[in-house]
Amino acid sequence: MNYVLLIGAGSDIARPLAFLYAKAGYGIYLASRNYDRLVRDASDITIRYGVDAKAFVFDVTETSKHKQFYESLPNRPHGVVCLAGILGDQKKAEREFSEVENVIAANYSGLVSIIHIIAADLEQRQEGFIVGVSSVAGEKGRKSNYIYASAKAGFTTFLSGLRNRLFTSHVQVLTVHPGFIRTKMIDGRETPGIITSSPEEVARDIFTGQQSGKDFIYSKWFWRFIMLAFKMIPEPVIKKMDMK
Amino acid sequence: MKVTNWGNYPVIEATMHSPSSVEEVQRIIAASPEVIARGMGRCYGDSSLNSTILSTLRLNHILAFDDRNGSITCESGVRFSELLDAFVPRGWFLPVTPGTKHITVGGAVASDVHGKNHHVAGSFSHHLLSIVILLGNGSIVKCSPQDYSDLFWATCGGMGLTGIILEATFRMKPIETVYIRQRVLKTKNIDEAFNAFEANKHWTYSVAWIDCLAKGDSLGRSALILGEHATKAEVEYRYRDPLKSDPPLSIPVPFFFPSGVLNRYTIKAFNEIWNAHYISRDSFVDYEPFFYPLDFVADWNRIYGKRGFTQYQFVLPKSVPLDGFKKILRTIAESGDGSFLAVLKLFGKQEGMLSFPQEGYTLALDFSITPESMRLFERLDAMVIEFGGRLYLSKDVRMNKEAFQKGYSNAAAFTSVKKKVDPSNKFQSLQSKRIGISSI
Repeated sequence: MNYVLLIGAGSDIARPLAFLYAKAGYGIYLASRNYDRLVRDASDITIRYGVDAKAFVFDVTETSKHKQFYESLPNRPHGVVCLAGILGDQKKAEREFSEVENVIAANYSGLVSIIHIIAADLEQRQEGFIVGVSSVAGEKGRKSNYIYASAKAGFTTFLSGLRNRLFTSHVQVLTVHPGFIRTKMIDGRETPGIITSSPEEVARDIFTGQQSGKDFIYSKWFWRFIMLAFKMIPEPVIKKMDMK
Repeated sequence: MKVTNWGNYPVIEATMHSPSSVEEVQRIIAASPEVIARGMGRCYGDSSLNSTILSTLRLNHILAFDDRNGSITCESGVRFSELLDAFVPRGWFLPVTPGTKHITVGGAVASDVHGKNHHVAGSFSHHLLSIVILLGNGSIVKCSPQDYSDLFWATCGGMGLTGIILEATFRMKPIETVYIRQRVLKTKNIDEAFNAFEANKHWTYSVAWIDCLAKGDSLGRSALILGEHATKAEVEYRYRDPLKSDPPLSIPVPFFFPSGVLNRYTIKAFNEIWNAHYISRDSFVDYEPFFYPLDFVADWNRIYGKRGFTQYQFVLPKSVPLDGFKKILRTIAESGDGSFLAVLKLFGKQEGMLSFPQEGYTLALDFSITPESMRLFERLDAMVIEFGGRLYLSKDVRMNKEAFQKGYSNAAAFTSVKKKVDPSNKFQSLQSKRIGISSI
């Protein structure tokens, strides 16, 4: 049985994504900080699809434990999907540097740490895939979330470099840029209904994109055009638009 | 946030909580003077609407499954579509399913849903082994037909008014294939349709699509659709993997249609096409189009436009002579307001205290919400009550206290259980207030 490791398995996208991999016959490893919840999720996956599913405690920001975590997995996974990330508090980050460090650790440096460990293994095995869920927010800074967005921008660039490095080793690296998703991360915030997708839709896009060997996808697909238009607005105009 | 159910009417402003643990549910219940649970919002009207709503969609784990007898325990937010996805390939099917798979298990209990097999299998509650419910004081009770049976039968069909349904245990039924052996019988009018239902009672699944615009000798012209789960032996010559479903892709309705798109001419045209589509014959069909023909058009409710629509579904007891049914049909046909896709179905016996089914025939029709249709409903209500029938709470958005209390003979028994388990009357919906459930 091939295994898929989901990093940040407490994310709303993780469960529907795990279901898709489980239905396709993959064993599932769920990793995040909230162990109790993951145990229930893992049991649910096994009941539904009859595959092996296990839960592991994992903190993206505790980089010193990453190697030990990866080596403790019962089986080397065939692929990994990184869903971890935090929005952080932009206002706080503007005043306190510690908040900046938190956001960078959770959205960039911590992920680089664990992905590099897995990448080295897959590179040696000459197989597998790495999926990184970044964000459309990383494509252009806005005043309401530019710390988060710049960390995501770093993550996107990291993934594109890694893709080039692993190409000759037959390891797929997929970058996912989701737009608005109805998740706990944006609970209570108003997002435009028509372009806000459900976690299930994004999970389906990630699974299909990974299985068909893609390098980069938007989810939903129309974000490609939204971002294209957004990025074409010149900076002198953007700054005067007073966008949130 | 703005919330509305399947009929897109009414649209209300509400606070929506989406807890993902029982502890969170308890905190929300303790802090809310009034609340109603909501699943997929597939009831048509205001049954799951109130100023404070508790969404069960994040309480959606399957907790246990026994593949020896099909018994399953899951949280209330698990959707029927998820159960089909996981268990059909392993040879298990829902014991009872309504015409959409996009409902939650909690909603199925609260509406005590029925399906095309009601005359032989009863409604959903008939297959429940137990449910776990959180009461207004925060306590958690497991009830079943044996334990706390009052609470159990008040909760099945009880529209979420006894508490928050947290878990349900029920039996799935074994199937050998995903296919249905289907027989279609065209009937010229309502007399033929009723006779055909009676003559084909032994079929597990039966339902009739009825053309409500047909008048005179054709009044009640129908296509009766019968079905049985196909056995492996019946289909193995043509399908290699008989448990692999291969349904067509769903088509989206990306925006609301202008409100005038559905008028008597387009509906008449549609009914003609639909009528021609069904010819009397036997065939094997995938379970998805058989049970969920409308699920293939995602968000089909938008076809009715932004002003919304409702479904008028009533049941008349079997003792009512056919003339009673005809009188109602004639009123609808003459109004010219009738809808496309009216559904006729034979029911078996009632289950829960407020469960809709009763032995007899039920008819369901969709209508745009207009002043004319509202007036028509008033006239229909009077006839339904006169004949000892009632309306389906999960479809209703406008019935009054009188129609409810006369239609539901166990309403007082329900209220006495509700007063016992929910003395502070915490669980209320816009519908429960309108039909005066607490004041009986």
